Amino acid sequence: MRVTIDADRCQGHGRCYDLAPQIFHDDEEGYGQVGGDGTVPAGLEPLAKRAAANCPERAISVVEGA
Amino acid sequence: MTADTRFSEEEFEAQRNLRPLGTRSQIVTGPVSDWATDFSHLEPEWAADPYRILDDLRARCPIAHTDRFGGGWLPTRYEDVAAIAHDTERFSSRSIIMGNFRPPRDIAPMGGTPPISSDPPFHHDARKLLLPAFTKTAIGKIEPATRAFCHELVDRLQGRDVVDAAVDYAQHIPMRAIADMLGFPPEDGPHFREFVESALEGVNLPPEERIARMTKLFDYILVQIRDHLDNPRDDLTTYLIEAELYGQKLEAFHVAGTIGLLLIAGIDTTWSAIGASLWHLAQTPADRARLVGEPSLVATAMEEFLRAFAPVTMARLVKDDMAWRGVDMKADDWVLLSFPAANRDPDQFDRADEVVIDREVNRHAAFGLGIHRCVGSHLARMELRVALEVWLERMPVFSLADPGAVTWSAGQVRGPRTLPLRIGG
Repeated sequence: MRVTIDADRCQGHGRCYDLAPQIFHDDEEGYGQVGGDGTVPAGLEPLAKRAAANCPERAISVVEGA
Repeated sequence: MTADTRFSEEEFEAQRNLRPLGTRSQIVTGPVSDWATDFSHLEPEWAADPYRILDDLRARCPIAHTDRFGGGWLPTRYEDVAAIAHDTERFSSRSIIMGNFRPPRDIAPMGGTPPISSDPPFHHDARKLLLPAFTKTAIGKIEPATRAFCHELVDRLQGRDVVDAAVDYAQHIPMRAIADMLGFPPEDGPHFREFVESALEGVNLPPEERIARMTKLFDYILVQIRDHLDNPRDDLTTYLIEAELYGQKLEAFHVAGTIGLLLIAGIDTTWSAIGASLWHLAQTPADRARLVGEPSLVATAMEEFLRAFAPVTMARLVKDDMAWRGVDMKADDWVLLSFPAANRDPDQFDRADEVVIDREVNRHAAFGLGIHRCVGSHLARMELRVALEVWLERMPVFSLADPGAVTWSAGQVRGPRTLPLRIGG
């Protein structure tokens, strides 16, 4: 599973790095960033989906099996 | 190097007199005839329970109108609120407090209190100056001091059977945090409360009185700015005095306006969120007991409190006449942008009218949506979480001492202003 953040939509609410700090982090202005190439570590798939489901701007995409 | 005269009395006054005048509309107060055609967010009925009104409007309207405040609209569906928050082409932020005064169009794109009052593209640059100080990482550094302060507040309450959670606890937490960040004297807290009430609850006061109150706020800010000019230090005030945009230091009004914004928006909002959360827990023993036993759930529960009791409503001004989703909006009509209404829309949230403290999916809009997302949201979340954690740890059993004595602020920031709680069983 991979996650990506649409930088045009992200407004820095930070729900992703609040909920899933293993997968997301903030940049120096508070916008969400994915770690590495966005590959979700094994076992953290439900957390990645939960973070995406809580993004107020619907900026996170989850690609299954990638 | 020449002295920085931007904030001298003569220069600031001269600038103040050059500011263009806005327009005033007739002040209309008194009972609302029909909420769909005559709404007012400043009437006691709204302050007591806006949700009943908003739910009713959403079901039958869903975009209400009023002739008060010179004309305005109140969308109540999530979808409409989100669309307007994202549409900075057709809706301006040059004033975000719906009242009887409209600042002139040429105050845009900066507005009186940048960046909340700013429109693109200026907004982006003004906001960028503030973002680094308000990231979750930056805010994490002040969490220990906030926690220690919450314990200190609880220490002061020891031995009392009944405490006012709004007055004795909630209000002090954001006041202290923002005073520390701005480098203002912590003992000035009571002034801050007065400024907040002037800015947000004084909307229907006679114009002269409203102007006098706002002048008092800016005079206070100028005193603090001048003190920072003489004694620069590592805080947001000195940072803003020194900050540059487009190769120049910021205009005096930009510095003072942004400080005014941080002072006003940073206090009663979080104060309201802490108070509303404690109000819910005081009358919901099952939720209270669950959070006491499971402190790690506080982070999830507080998102639900933010959804269900979102303290903040914003406003926009319509830029040009247009038909918008079935209504005819006129240039300079207000739009009251109710995040509380959006957050209770059953088309967006299951069990929208219930407080579900372990709600897994909670895409609420308490901090706004789009480019004006609350710049202090990470600070507010930290304060709210720490305030609840410390309270639940230190005073796990509490209930409403007198439900009829609870009072709520009116206007665009709603939260308990009197909240007597009985401590212990």
